[in-house]
Amino acid sequence: MWDYTPIVKDHFLNPRNVGDIPDADAIGEVGSLACGDALKLYLKLDDNKDKIIDAKFQTFGCASAIASSSALTEMVKGKTLDEALAVSNQDIADFLGGLPEEKMHCSVMGQEALEVAIFKYRGMDIPQHDSEHDHGHAYPDYEGEIVCKCFGITDTFLKKVIETNALTTAEQVTNFTKAGGACGGCIPKIKELIAQVLGEAAAQTRTRPEKLSNMKKMQLIQEVLERDIRPLLWADGGDLELIDIDGAKVQIAFRKACAGCASSGNTARMVELKLRDLVAEDIVVEEVSQ
Amino acid sequence: MKEIYLDNNATTKVDEAVFEEMRPYFCELYGNPSSMHFFGGQVQSKVNEARNRVAELLGALPDEIIFTACGTESDNAAIRSALEVFPDRRHIITSRVEHPAILTQCRNLRQKGYRVTEIGVDGVGRLDMEELKAAVDTDTAVVSLMWANNETGVIFPIEEAATIAKSKGALFHSDAVQAIGKIPINMAPSNIDMLSLSGHKLHAPKGIGVLYVRRGTPFRPLLVGGHQEKSRRAGTENAAAIIALGKACQLAGQFMEDENTIVKAMRDRLQEALMTTVPHARINGGGAERLPNTTSIAFEFVEGEAILLLLSEFGICASSGSACTSGSLEPSHVLRAMGVPFTCAHGSIRFSLSRYTTDAEIDTVIRELPPIIAKLRQMSPFGREHLKGQV
Repeated sequence: MWDYTPIVKDHFLNPRNVGDIPDADAIGEVGSLACGDALKLYLKLDDNKDKIIDAKFQTFGCASAIASSSALTEMVKGKTLDEALAVSNQDIADFLGGLPEEKMHCSVMGQEALEVAIFKYRGMDIPQHDSEHDHGHAYPDYEGEIVCKCFGITDTFLKKVIETNALTTAEQVTNFTKAGGACGGCIPKIKELIAQVLGEAAAQTRTRPEKLSNMKKMQLIQEVLERDIRPLLWADGGDLELIDIDGAKVQIAFRKACAGCASSGNTARMVELKLRDLVAEDIVVEEVSQ
Repeated sequence: MKEIYLDNNATTKVDEAVFEEMRPYFCELYGNPSSMHFFGGQVQSKVNEARNRVAELLGALPDEIIFTACGTESDNAAIRSALEVFPDRRHIITSRVEHPAILTQCRNLRQKGYRVTEIGVDGVGRLDMEELKAAVDTDTAVVSLMWANNETGVIFPIEEAATIAKSKGALFHSDAVQAIGKIPINMAPSNIDMLSLSGHKLHAPKGIGVLYVRRGTPFRPLLVGGHQEKSRRAGTENAAAIIALGKACQLAGQFMEDENTIVKAMRDRLQEALMTTVPHARINGGGAERLPNTTSIAFEFVEGEAILLLLSEFGICASSGSACTSGSLEPSHVLRAMGVPFTCAHGSIRFSLSRYTTDAEIDTVIRELPPIIAKLRQMSPFGREHLKGQV
């Protein structure tokens, strides 16, 4: 049985604001029967067409999908459209006292429905469904390339969710978006996306400094390993540990999935290139078994 | 809240007579059955009695019974043994609707270079016998097919399948954990080489299983070590659980007729009532021969986990083929293999009864479930759209 909080249970057993608003100003629909969950959100605005004065929903899905929808309607009532747009999926989960990680995609669905409703109301572009694949779309199309064919989820959308929620593993991405949860064919691509997002976050910052004292160099090596390299390995369920630094020689040991991995040689090479790039040109990485 | 337990294909209540039978073997008669002294010897004789009782339920010989720790261990041991016995044969046949204890293992073996064929089923869950006939060849080491499906209760023509496997010299194994105790099984005249049983599915405790291996069938143990179980399964005997299983098998034989009359009548009454009162519902596998205690019902436009949690508010325990209960995101592989549309698979609920189920409990489900479905459909955009008020 899922470990739902009392607030989730309450919103599931006594959902607020079920139904429709016949003269709704904005309607957002996401999901499909095939995906296993879907949400239709109705918003009514005040006379100035700025503040949400009523919200109702209809949801097909599990207990946490229903609870997330109910929470969402409670949260957005009284907010301006701009304030509502600032509501994140994590805010919905927090309102409910938390959701099991496997169910985070329910909060994402709520946030998406809200975004679709407001974007449509404002006449902003929401591309239409294509139904080339079995399941139909879980989430509204973000421009971009379809990564998960089963649930029809694009790279742009995945990158957004990875970034917003600071996700580091493919499993987390599946829990948050469903991508990769059916046939699993796109999991390698999801890992690439995580690496890209993490890489972009890291790359924004630094270039190699001109000259370094030994002390500074050691600090910087540690910093690069922590910030730029280990998160990439985590994405594949691996890890590494810094064993020793002797001048330009950096000794590392692989852990978890990286330990004993056939391509750990390539990984060591990647670490070396990264350290040369960000610390000093003469760095040599040595893999030790400890 | 008193539970209404209709999830007996997941696990069962330990029968009180079974528990009494095993009780002395923890604090009083705790000897090791392999020991030379009288204290171990009296446990040994109870273990032998249990072996005889299990053998009797299966129509088997006592030395064909190997006690294991669970159904999954029995399944693993059977497949591994067959592959070791026939090192030159590199092909395994199973079905698309097997329990993960078989499917996961076969898929892992595929990674290791074995050829694995998964035989399909038709819309009501019946095995494609023509596909099976075409698939078996002289490279096939083992054919492993479940006797009855855990989700739908659909029964496979297991003897016929065994004969097909034997015609090409392959070993035949059946995961019979759902069938044993619910329908009569007789291994004496059978072509089946190996058979898995799980204690906790027939009112014995968890942590005890059996692998039946026909006399004369070559066998290599999965666990090696001591000489227990004639060196076919090393490890100190779980004496108390073995003794419990013996009693449970004896009782299963006695209650077999009730299972197929009284329990079956309750199951039939439940599904007929729900079919009448709830529109847009269907029985998964309804057109096939099924176990007497199982029914899987698909309710369109609603999701299984939500149904289960609302049923749970009334103490009703069932299970679902829904993805959202399992942490996976695809609905049950069994329902998908049957071609049950996603719209139905997400809202499928399995009720599995036992000899402890009462008419009053069935009445409660018949009374409480239809309003739950109506409530969820009222909340679902698809329910509203498709049913236009008649929920």
